[in-house]
Order: sequence, then structure tokens, then C-alpha cells
Amino acid sequence: MARNVQPAGQPAPQNPASNGTAQAPAVVLSPEDIAGQENFDAIIAKDSRVEPKDWMPEAYRRSLVRQISQHAHSEIIGMQPEANWITRAPSLKRKSILMAKVQDEAGHGLYLYSAAETLGTTRDDMMDALVAGKARYSSIFNYPTVTWADMGAIGWMVDGAAICNQVPLCRASYGPYGRAMVRVCKEESFHQRQGFEILLELANGTPEQREMAQNAVNRWYAPSLMMFGPPDDNSPNSKQSMAWNIKRFSNDELRSRFVGMLAEQVKVLGLTLPDDEVRFNEDTKKWEHGPLDWAEFKEVLAGRGPCNAQRLERRRSAHEDGAWVREAAAAYAAKQAAKQSTNAQKAAA
Amino acid sequence: MTEATSPESTTPDPAEGAHRWPLWEVFVRSSRGLSHVHAGSLHAPDAAMALRNARDLYTRRNEGVSIWVVPSDAIAASDPDSKGSFFESPQGKDYRHATYYTKSEGVKHL
Amino acid sequence: MTPDPHDVGALGDSSASATRITPGFALRPEDIALAAEQGTAKPSEDVAEYALRLGDDALILAQRLGHWISRAPELEEDVALGNIALDQLGHARSFLTYAGAAWGKSEDDLAYFRREGEFRSAHLFEQPNGDFAATIARQFIVANYQFPLYRELVKSSDPMLSAIAAKAVKEVDYHLDHSTQWVLRLAGGTDESRRRMEAGLNLMWPFVGELFEDDALTARIGDAGVVPSSLKEEFDRTTGAILAEAELDVPGHPMATGGGRRGNHSEHLGLVLAEMQVLAREFPGASW
Repeated sequence: MARNVQPAGQPAPQNPASNGTAQAPAVVLSPEDIAGQENFDAIIAKDSRVEPKDWMPEAYRRSLVRQISQHAHSEIIGMQPEANWITRAPSLKRKSILMAKVQDEAGHGLYLYSAAETLGTTRDDMMDALVAGKARYSSIFNYPTVTWADMGAIGWMVDGAAICNQVPLCRASYGPYGRAMVRVCKEESFHQRQGFEILLELANGTPEQREMAQNAVNRWYAPSLMMFGPPDDNSPNSKQSMAWNIKRFSNDELRSRFVGMLAEQVKVLGLTLPDDEVRFNEDTKKWEHGPLDWAEFKEVLAGRGPCNAQRLERRRSAHEDGAWVREAAAAYAAKQAAKQSTNAQKAAA
Repeated sequence: MTEATSPESTTPDPAEGAHRWPLWEVFVRSSRGLSHVHAGSLHAPDAAMALRNARDLYTRRNEGVSIWVVPSDAIAASDPDSKGSFFESPQGKDYRHATYYTKSEGVKHL
Repeated sequence: MTPDPHDVGALGDSSASATRITPGFALRPEDIALAAEQGTAKPSEDVAEYALRLGDDALILAQRLGHWISRAPELEEDVALGNIALDQLGHARSFLTYAGAAWGKSEDDLAYFRREGEFRSAHLFEQPNGDFAATIARQFIVANYQFPLYRELVKSSDPMLSAIAAKAVKEVDYHLDHSTQWVLRLAGGTDESRRRMEAGLNLMWPFVGELFEDDALTARIGDAGVVPSSLKEEFDRTTGAILAEAELDVPGHPMATGGGRRGNHSEHLGLVLAEMQVLAREFPGASW
């Protein structure tokens, strides 16, 4: 699924006012850099796409690597809360769907790592940073999935929020990122629906099932709203990202749209949102919601959520337990290549 | 989705340990009669596994009938910095396009 | 129009939604459930019991493989093992849905509400994943068994078994390739991977024997099924060739006593079922 990463909490890499011209201040730009910057600015001004071998400002490259790798990590870590229920899914149909969904998430992580690799950083480096606890991923995956209804709430709300974030990213100015997002969005279309249908089935089920569904909606509501990142007046990277045509809409704008969708869809479920302040403001023409606990958000982001340590440990152990397999396959490939070149030499002789 | 990648992202550093799997570019033919189109990239220890990984990663939804994989560092790419001169020549040569020939407009089967 | 004997759907409701159950049709469990509902897919008791065996093998294997997703040695392998697990789960659902049609039970009735002794899986499928090499060893045996089995089952006199097998055999062909590639790489990779591959094969090989045991049912079922012992020679040949290429010995262990087909299972199955069934049993009769 789709898990977008809030550009939260990271220090702004540079002065957000300029359009990518803010290199580290002391650097004297070479003629190539100046020409490159002009070309880059023209691409952004035309709303065209930047491609991997183009000259780009270092800050743009760094910002993309950060955002895309966080996004990829979120897909990979995001497999865990749902994988938690694969073996216990209550029907074989649901088991198939869940397995396919979690598997898609691995695929989406791979598309995104590939996009980040075009910027000159390797997947191994990104993975090392993740398992060392030095990289961020979407905070929401640090909450536990305690009931089956959480599979529904994650699909409906978490994937729903991610889709709101991701659809505009299909037009991100960096070509490989946009193309990866097109593929992700296309595949993701079933993720939100299957979640909604899980909740719908539960909401129309026994009283216990219904309670399970409402409870899950209550728990995932606020974290899913916070997936859009801090409020606009407190989001250091947003403005620069928007100036670079990476991000197309502000955090609050996307969050407001998302709340509007939830408010309508929850009626179909016959459930309620745990927020009596959700309303459509006729003056601003925007959806509004009650206050969010940003202190908790920061705590979880800082590693003090319910499952941070568990999620990282699981990724670390999968990576380390697999090292011997990766080494074996690489060694086999090297031996085969050596054998082939020996044979070729013999044939030539 | 790796494009013709920058060299630093594709050349495995032998000093980095033997377990690094190189990067491969994947091209998928979506149906007979169409070209293979770049779909993205992946890591695999060798060509046989790259093909299989590509099948699992890029054709889970009936996207393909044929797959090519190419080591990323085997792709030679035009230099984006010389874009101007490299792709300048065709500019202005409108006579290579049918739309240049307006006088024959309306003549059937032409 | 004469109904095609292999077109079960055509025998019943002739509405547009009637499913074409033919070997060329990519059969889904839902199609079989619909045919069962319409009364056009009703296996004999023996065929149902036979389908139950194949379905349980695939179900327990899918349950095992599903555990790898998010834990595989590389992300690409998460996706690969996920595909194999989904294929096996698909086969399981088809076989169980068809078997259930004999007794008015759904795939979920059979998967979630049978007791351990009522399962018919062979011990091999119940074995724990172990490390990646053990899982590959299990996959290697399974694929070399299931591929000829399904290929022969396509010729079944029972049109539904034939149709399920026709879909499954293509998928298992790929599983065979996947496990072969990994046996070669692990055996020919590093000293450690070779040691682990050998250990994995030694761990799984005792459960080969049970797969090829004939019994009263396989004798009675005749042309509708496949006689297990008839597949053994090919299994020995195909596994032998790959192991030879990998410069590995065929493990010489004595075969373990099986009994899965009679409901006598390994120590592992109970735990697998406890996990698989826990939620469904907490809410019996609920819809999901």
C-alpha cells in the first residue's frame, strides 16, 4: 500500500524562498553549474520533468532521496502490520486478498527504491540506514494491528490517505518518481476498496463484529489524518517541495479533502468518526476536523511509538538472516561467469 | 524506475562485499505486436534470476507476454548535457513530416 | 447443441453467468462455488475425498509460505514467495470448494471448522519453514511431485478435477523452476549455503515416501485420479538430475511413517491450524 511519508520534522535543507538556487552558500558555481541551474529552472518553470542524468541542484537531489527513500521504507515497514494477520485471516478469500496486498507493498517498495537509486544512492545504503534506525518511515506503521478490523481500517483510512497524497505525486517533477507513483497508484486501486469492504462486512455483521469495526475506525482515524504531515504553518519542507513541483498540494489542503471523503464514506458503513468537529465550512469551502495530538505524533516519530522497536527489529532480522542467501547467489553468479569466460577462452584457443 | 542510470548507482563496488546484487533494467512487451517498453529496474544476482524476479515484480497483473532484462551498466546513454547539439539537427527540418506538405491537402489516398 | 462433457457449467443454468469449466478456462474458486450452488458440480464421495487431500496439501503449504512475506532474504524474494503462496492458496480453494460440494460445505467450512484428525494433508506440507534452504528443499520436493501429478490429473475423467489441474499445472511448472534455480544457487554458492542446502534436504527428504503411497481410495477412484506410486519414477529422475547438477547426493534417509491421508499428522499441524482457525472459530457463523 501506499504509504506516503510526511515531510515532517526534518530540518529544512535550505532557504525555501528561492527556486532551487540555494546551494550551500559558500560554493562558487562553475559555468557548468550555472548552465545546469538555468536549464533546471526552465524545466521547473515549464512544469516539465527532470530526468536522472540531468544536472540538478544538490538540495533537490537530497530532498528527493529523502522523500522517495522514506516512502519506500514506509511500504516495506508497512507490510508488517498487515502481514501480522495473513496466517489468521478469517476466510480463504480474505487470506488471498491480504496476501496479494502485502505482496504488492513489497513491489511498491521496490519501485520506489529503484526510483531513488537513479539519484545515485544504492538500495543497500538505504536499507542499511533503515535497519540502523537512521531513516524515517511513515509513523502510522508503529501502531499495532490488534484485531481483524484493523485490516479494514488500514485499507480504508491509511491507504485512503496515502492515495490522496500519491495521486498528485504522479505529476512530481522528477520523472522516475512520477512514473513509479503511476504504477503504484494503478495497483493500489484495490487496496482501499478491499479495506472498505472488510469494514462494511463487519459493520453489517454480529454486534461484536460491528464493535470491532467501530473500535478500529476510532483508533486509526487520528493517525491517518496525521499522515499528511504537520500543519502548513509548521511544515518546513513543504514550500520548497511545492516550488520544485514535487509536491502539488499542501498538507492541510490534502488533509481537508481526505476528511471530507471519510465523512461521506463513513455513512455508507453506518459507523461514526471519533471527531464531532468534522464539518464542511461553507465560507472557506473546506472540510474541517477537531484538534490532533501532534505531541503524540512527535513522540512516535522520535521512536517512542508502541511498535517502533519491533518493526525495525523485524526488518533488521529479515535482512541479516537473508545475508547468507544473498551472498550465496552472488557467489554462484560469479562462479558461473568465470566458468563461461574460461569456456569461451578454450573455444577461442 | 531507473533510467539510463548514472554510473555511480549501477556499478557495484567489489570492495563493498560479495553479497551485492547488481541492478537490471526490465523491458516488458505488453502484447504481441508491440515493442518492449522500459518498466523499471530490480536487483538480481544473475540474468536467470533477474528474468524471474522481473516476472514476479512487473507482470503480476497480466502486464506482459515477454520480458527482457539488461544489466543497467550495459546501457550506453546519450549525454544529457549535450542535449542541445545532440538533438538540434532535426529541429527546423519540418519537411521530414507529412504535415509540411499543405498544398496536397484534400487529395484522396495521398 | 450437445453439451460438452467437459463443460460443467453448460449442464445446468444456461444463464450468461454460467461458468465454462473447461481445461482451457482460468478457473476461479468462485466459479466452482457457483457451479456447486447450481448443482452442476457435485463430486462423488471418493472424488471429494481425493480433492480434499490435494486441497489440504496446498492449503497448509500456502499457510506456511505466507509466513515468509515480509521476512524473505531479499525484497524480490518476498514477492516471489508471495506469488507461490497465492498460487497454492488458489489451488487449495478450488479443490476444497469442489470437495465441499459433495457435503454441502464451503471452502471456509472445510478450512476453518474441521478438526486436526479430519485434515488429509501429507506430513511434508506441514513441516516448519526452517531457514530459506529448508523452505527451498520443501518447495523442491513439492514441485517435483505436484507438477507430474497435476499434468496427469488434467486427463482425469472428472471434468472439474481436470479443469483445476489444468490451471494449477502451469503455475506449478513455475514453482518447479523457482526451486530448481535456488537449489543450484544454494548448493553452488558458498560453503555455508551448501551446508544449509544439504541440511534442508536431509530434513525434508524423509517425507517424500508418503507422497507416493497408494491406498484403497486411490485404487477405487480409477481414471478420476492419479495413482501416487505411478509418479515415483519420474520424481526420482527429475530430482536426481537436478541434485546431480548441483553435485548433491540424494539423501539416503529411511522414509518416515506418514499417515496424513488417514488423519494421522505431524506434531506441527495442530499449531498451524490453531493459528489459522483462531479468529474464524471465535465467531462461528459470522461473515467476513
